[in-house]
Amino acid sequence: MKLLKIFFVLIVILNFFSIAFAEKNDQLTNKISKNLRCLICQGQSIYDSQSDFAVSMKVLINKKIEQGLNEKEIYEFLKDKYGEWIVYDTAFNKNTFILWGLPVLLFFLGGAIIFKKLVFRKV
Amino acid sequence: MKNKILIILLVFFLSFCFFVLFKSLESSGIYVPEKTENRELTEFVSKDLFSKKKITSSEIFQGSDYYILNIWATWCAPCRKEHPQLMELSKNSSIKLIGLNYRDDSKKAKKFLNKLGNPFSVNITDQNGTISIELGGYGIPETFLINKDKKIIKTFIGNLNNESVRQINLIVK
Repeated sequence: MKLLKIFFVLIVILNFFSIAFAEKNDQLTNKISKNLRCLICQGQSIYDSQSDFAVSMKVLINKKIEQGLNEKEIYEFLKDKYGEWIVYDTAFNKNTFILWGLPVLLFFLGGAIIFKKLVFRKV
Repeated sequence: MKNKILIILLVFFLSFCFFVLFKSLESSGIYVPEKTENRELTEFVSKDLFSKKKITSSEIFQGSDYYILNIWATWCAPCRKEHPQLMELSKNSSIKLIGLNYRDDSKKAKKFLNKLGNPFSVNITDQNGTISIELGGYGIPETFLINKDKKIIKTFIGNLNNESVRQINLIVK
């Protein structure tokens, strides 16, 4: 009877860990797929899309996580297959410097105009 | 003077917007992957459509100078459309054709091949679609031309047509 109890407790603990582990994997899969562009419905993320390739991509991400790859390694793997385009959060490089730089430039330009206006108003 | 600068800036800004929008008219808006050629073929394990036996990519890609890997499914209408082109390519003895059946019902796939003809030397399955993604597949149908060094030398996104067949025959000649 005692042995049965120990066995039961062990099963419960193992189940708890496997559920917790699966949930953690699912959360990471969702996080990664939200940052990936769908190959078929190009206006949607992999997370939002229900296209066959998006579903396959989610399965593959989960598989890669189970294999022990981290978030960065999965992005690198997919970028190697599909190019920088696949990720929404694009890296800063010679092809994307305008994309990253323009908002900052416009922010400072706008700030300078506002500052100038305020200074002139005071004078 | 101040107004003049403003007008110049406004004209410059509007010209910039016009140029960007005009340029975007020329583009279809549909992205074509930049990495479609000269890619190493990823190793994979699949199952034979008919025997259900496990088969590795190194077992599949041997004994030929060129290989064509075609991703297809019975539910995909363009796959049916390109079938005559695949049948045509199967006559070329220097190419080994491999069919990758994507997320499909095996019974329907076998029925499809029995009805329209089987152009493939090897028929493999991709039940959850991950092999196609590992290969860098973009949609369905898709066809990869692979050389004996297991490098993808050309990718045809969408259904094959007579022009694609001509291009393939020119490369493998």
